[in-house]
Amino acid sequence: MQTFRFDLCELPEETRGLREEVRAFLAEELKTIPAVIRAQTWSGHDQAFSAKMGAKGWIGMRWPKKYGGHERSAFDRYVVLEEMLAAGAPVGAHWIGDRQSGPLLLNFGTEEQRQLILPKVAKGECFLCIGMSEPDSGSDLAATRTKAEKVDGGYKVNGTKLWTSGANRAHYMIALFRTDPEKKHDGLTQFLVDLKSPGITIRPISDLAGNSHFNEVVFQDVFVPDSMLVGSEGSGWAQVGAELAFERSGPERYLSSYLLMKELIRELSKRGGEEGAKEVGRLIAHLVTLRQMSLSVAGMLDKGENPALEASVVKDLGAVFEQDMPVKAHELIGAEPTIGGGDDFTEVLAYLTQTVPSFSLRGGTREILRGIIARGLGLR
Amino acid sequence: MNELQTILSDSVNRLLADYSTKQTIVAAEQGEWPKALWDELVANGLTRVLVPEDMGGAGATWSDAYVVLKAAGEHAAPVPLAEAIVAGWILARAGIAIPDGIVTLMEGDFLLKEGRLSGKATRVPFARHATHGVALVKSGWGVEAVLAPLDYARLDKDQNVAREARDTLYFERVVVETGWVELPEDGLRLFGALARSVQMAGALDYLTKQSVAYANERTQFGKPIGKFQAIQQQLAVLSTQSAAAGIAAAHACAAADKGEASFEIAVAKVRVDDASSIATSIAHQVHGAIGFTYEHGLHFATRRLWAWRAEFGSGAEWAEELGRAAMERGADELWPYVTGR
Ligand SMILES: Cc1cc2nc3c(=O)[nH]c(=O)nc-3n(C[C@H](O)[C@H](O)[C@H](O)COP(=O)(O)OP(=O)(O)OC[C@H]3O[C@@H](n4cnc5c(N)ncnc54)[C@H](O)[C@@H]3O)c2cc1C
Repeated sequence: MQTFRFDLCELPEETRGLREEVRAFLAEELKTIPAVIRAQTWSGHDQAFSAKMGAKGWIGMRWPKKYGGHERSAFDRYVVLEEMLAAGAPVGAHWIGDRQSGPLLLNFGTEEQRQLILPKVAKGECFLCIGMSEPDSGSDLAATRTKAEKVDGGYKVNGTKLWTSGANRAHYMIALFRTDPEKKHDGLTQFLVDLKSPGITIRPISDLAGNSHFNEVVFQDVFVPDSMLVGSEGSGWAQVGAELAFERSGPERYLSSYLLMKELIRELSKRGGEEGAKEVGRLIAHLVTLRQMSLSVAGMLDKGENPALEASVVKDLGAVFEQDMPVKAHELIGAEPTIGGGDDFTEVLAYLTQTVPSFSLRGGTREILRGIIARGLGLR
Repeated sequence: MNELQTILSDSVNRLLADYSTKQTIVAAEQGEWPKALWDELVANGLTRVLVPEDMGGAGATWSDAYVVLKAAGEHAAPVPLAEAIVAGWILARAGIAIPDGIVTLMEGDFLLKEGRLSGKATRVPFARHATHGVALVKSGWGVEAVLAPLDYARLDKDQNVAREARDTLYFERVVVETGWVELPEDGLRLFGALARSVQMAGALDYLTKQSVAYANERTQFGKPIGKFQAIQQQLAVLSTQSAAAGIAAAHACAAADKGEASFEIAVAKVRVDDASSIATSIAHQVHGAIGFTYEHGLHFATRRLWAWRAEFGSGAEWAEELGRAAMERGADELWPYVTGR
């Protein structure tokens, strides 16, 4: 039986200076932003902030310099990310490009695609979104229907992508289209799509809390040139698989409720710190352990390994932890969540109470992740 | 794991597979001392892994000891190996020669006066089989490590739910060896908790392996129960819990190698405790009635987890310490603290 490998991975001493620098930057930048806005972290969209991060050299940190990157270590990048998330910086605009699409293009993209996209992404000026899900293809990604037909000089695309985060504010989409209706997995191909192309309609969808971050993206006879095919035709499925290890193990997979954890501790401390000490201690134990697991995966990614299984473990455990936070806050304090007019605690509580259900859906559902883990255990 | 640890892990696991058999464990639960197992551990230097070489040990690190302790937990070794390892480490740090014989750890209320120990030690692991006990006693200027022979102590027998001996010892002005040691007053509880956390991570690994193997064997409705998605999802959860326990315990060992590690040890004991509650429940559910019998060996691991999670401070106690300290430092200090260690 294969079990997972989580070797310890320690952040090098040299990252300390960088951490201090990031903290000082954030203390200044975020000082007027209220806690409830900070709680959005990597869902928060702020172009000006992304541009500042770009100027600091904190986007595309690991990429080659010739693509606007900074050739820093995986650990430097990890430190920047976790500091951003713990402080609640609005990093959403550039998050997908930095985490996922940039590395994808470095792995599979053409020179032209890299030159076109990466330098702008690293400056915090160009934003990407991920077009995988569709109305009839959620967990069953291989059921993708949006079709890209071969035409002269490129492809003609028809169909609908759904739940595409940030599409309404992004410049490009990395899209998964069906290029061969005869084959299932091997009939899928990834494209880099300019969202200004004629025939694309983007309609924001309001989530249950009234926020619009994800979208429906309709393609009607959209022309995508050959030069925008990413990797090779028919290998979209395999390429997506490689992408997901990056998507599933970062610090955002356990820090999405951190702002509430902080406000909860503040609230309990105000009450004398007797009540809730055990629960807070348990949360800390889980937080610290998840951080070690996430770091361990970062270490493996840095060595060029593919810890897809370990990444699924981190995401599953992380989501359970994050989703427990509003539950614990409710059990311990029992205050009514507020939208406007409350204090930091009740405002953040309201935001996260309404947001956490998505944490075990986005990026692969809990059941799908556990299925992947079960396969790793040799059960499927 | 580095190369040395991989080799160590292989050899310890082989030794325990040969000597910590079901037969041995059953006999131990009926009161028999597993002499062959113990002698083999001693002969291979495993009881003294944390003792420096110039004091007759292996001079290994906590991260190396992790491998040994984890294997001990995985094989439910019914001997005070963890206790001997921690005791040896404390004695060496106090400059006290490690005695031949079986050394265990003693928590209790003691009075140390003119080299004589009085007081009571409770729930001492394997005391009835041990020749010596190690304790930490706070004295005027600091903390003294104490090595007490057990020949002159009165002993009341008791046991934990894993039917491991947990005895009470009474000392009355027993002549002991002492040495100043740079450890906190609760150092024995602390490093006992570290050792238990690692053993528990080992037992949790066993639960994962055993449950997956059983799910692939046991057939109902015409197919192995492991083909049912409900079972697969449960086993996935079990495996993530044992993975979390493993890294939490490894992290604490690495911290102990670097210096002051009370935070990481508390984190480990709490996390492993939580994992145990979830994992034991799933492992039994997957095994059905057969796993509820004495005949089937599953309970050697689950009963140990139920006993160990309360030893050297339960998860709840350590969590309360973590929580209080965090609240004293203040909400905004948590993140700098976690990342600054
Ligand atoms: C906030 C948010 C942001 C998102 N952003 C993006 C994005 O940017 N790009 C993008 O492409 N997608 C995005 N998604 C979509 C996300 O990837 C899908 O929601 C997810 O893959 C699940 O698909 P679904 O919603 O259609 O649910 P379904 O697949 O219909 O699943 C419904 C339920 O059935 C369960 N289920 C399905 N199949 C199985 C099975 N085989 N075994 C057991 N249980 C099963 C699921 O686990 C789930 O509980 C986002 C979703 C959310 C909530």
